[in-house]
Amino acid sequence: MALSTSSNFAKPDDAFRAVVEAHRGLSETESADLDAALVLILANHIGDIGVLREAIALAKRRMIETGQQQQQQQQ
Amino acid sequence: MAQRETAQTAGQANASQAKVQFGYRRHPDQDYGAPVEHPVVVVGAGPVGLSLAIDLAQRGQKVVLLDDADRIGDGSRAICFSKRALEYWDRLGVGDRMVEKGAVWSVGRIFHGASELYQFNLLPEPGHKRPAFINLQQFHAEAYLVDRVNELPAISLRWRNKVTALESRNDGVVLTVETPDGSYRLSGQYVVACDGARSSLRRMVGAEFAGQVFEDQFLIADVKMTAAFPTERWFWFDPPFHAGRSALLHKQPDDVWRIDLQLSRYADPGVEKQPENVRPRIARMLGHDEFEFEWISLYKFQCRRMERFIHGRVIFAGDSAHQVSPFGARGANSGLEDAENLAWKLDRVLRGQSPESLIESYHVERSAAADENIRESTRATDFMAPNSHQEARLRKAVLSLAKETEFGKRMVNGGRLSVPSVYDTPLSSADSDTWRSGPCPGSSMPDAPLATSHGEATFLTDAFNVQGKRFTLLSFANGGAAEVPDDVGVVSIGATAGLADPQGLARQRYDAEPGTSYLLRPDGYIAARFRHPTRDMIAAALARAAGHD
Repeated sequence: MALSTSSNFAKPDDAFRAVVEAHRGLSETESADLDAALVLILANHIGDIGVLREAIALAKRRMIETGQQQQQQQQ
Repeated sequence: MAQRETAQTAGQANASQAKVQFGYRRHPDQDYGAPVEHPVVVVGAGPVGLSLAIDLAQRGQKVVLLDDADRIGDGSRAICFSKRALEYWDRLGVGDRMVEKGAVWSVGRIFHGASELYQFNLLPEPGHKRPAFINLQQFHAEAYLVDRVNELPAISLRWRNKVTALESRNDGVVLTVETPDGSYRLSGQYVVACDGARSSLRRMVGAEFAGQVFEDQFLIADVKMTAAFPTERWFWFDPPFHAGRSALLHKQPDDVWRIDLQLSRYADPGVEKQPENVRPRIARMLGHDEFEFEWISLYKFQCRRMERFIHGRVIFAGDSAHQVSPFGARGANSGLEDAENLAWKLDRVLRGQSPESLIESYHVERSAAADENIRESTRATDFMAPNSHQEARLRKAVLSLAKETEFGKRMVNGGRLSVPSVYDTPLSSADSDTWRSGPCPGSSMPDAPLATSHGEATFLTDAFNVQGKRFTLLSFANGGAAEVPDDVGVVSIGATAGLADPQGLARQRYDAEPGTSYLLRPDGYIAARFRHPTRDMIAAALARAAGHD
């Protein structure tokens, strides 16, 4: 199975909102703790190490691109 | 086990601890000017070197076994010996003594804080001759192995023989050996270095190695006390008696308990190992002060291996070749797996039955096993001692999820205990039939309960040993007798004259139908399997497994 990047939620805004609201009122540390637990719960639900690795790669690629853009803007 | 960085006996190490002293004896080899030639010289009489020497001697080889000390019995080293190691020791004729003395266990419990997170059973099914593990002080194991060595005239065991120089030649190795009577030289067609984590032979061949050092220090104490804890492995994360760190408790024979406490990376070994500083920590853990110290040491762990286990005619086995952290009992057990892997190959090559290239498969198989052991023990150690705030955060998430979810419990890593590796090896023949289950080629043979034709209970591992620990066809009867090449043993199950499988567990574990056959290597690993073997198919698999391909 490959990582699905098509839109899977009937109402994507609901999903985004659910995550946002889960973080409301939390400190940075609490938010980070919540994310850590959430990642592990969802990773286990997916249950496919290949998909998990693809998801990690996608997430990291975004970070690298963002970092490069910031560097370019500074130049 | 792991390299002992700063290990020292505590001031009050108990003098009653079993120790065995051996005398130095001058050997006639020392009177010759030229080096006397031997087929195999094993350096280091620890569990690995002793087992290897016994295995080779039982196969008919003459072995010289050198050790620079003259005694065993110092302190606390390996304690957990795996089912696979016990099955090997059965083949060496010492399994019964080990198991009779050892503390048998298969259950582990993991605690977080004051409460139990989960338990696991490493051998949940019946019908195996040997338990998942025994705990036994290494000095007991070594003493029994030395007794077995002394029954075998083919082994020349020489105490206080310290190798000081090594000269590699194309067809052998010349060693310079220092003794109380001065130096002498001897040569071996092969030298096997079982001389431990700080191997001097490794240095002599110029193969020093680097790897990951774990900064956290661990306090190991063996204490003598009478206690009602069950014979189980107990592991704590953040226990009330040792806040913020991990702890491990194991039972050993003779009312001795192994306690392992994680300390800070900044702890001062000189201070921490003082009995007056250790005592309150242990007393907090046990809830009482009624114990004596047998041994105290502070460890730092390394996970590393040599790039090549074979340097010309010098072969490395055990801690000299690879080191792991102790969480998982992968040190001594993997060394014993090295010995069982190497002995039959060396024997065949020395006899000219297999090409020298067969020995290369020792490196292929056992270096992959070392990588697996290093990976597993590194993961466990990293889980215990997270390297960053985020790693600590993820661990905290796992531990909190473990309270209410099964997947969280399974992610908690307090050490994954040693199981035999599955070899991806050129010695295996790939499956050409369809299998629903059963051990694939490259796996170690699972045990099963059987009955002799007289109705006596026995085990498959015993039946294999009776066949002489050589290439053996495990054959599930199909009417006719299996046709096998010369010098291949046969374990026949279900034939009129063969062994019976009264509970059907052998059939089940080997996914067997009438005619199903497994070709077992001399170390009890699966070389090939067939639904309907012909003599030619077996001969081809045999040639491959013996290194002729």
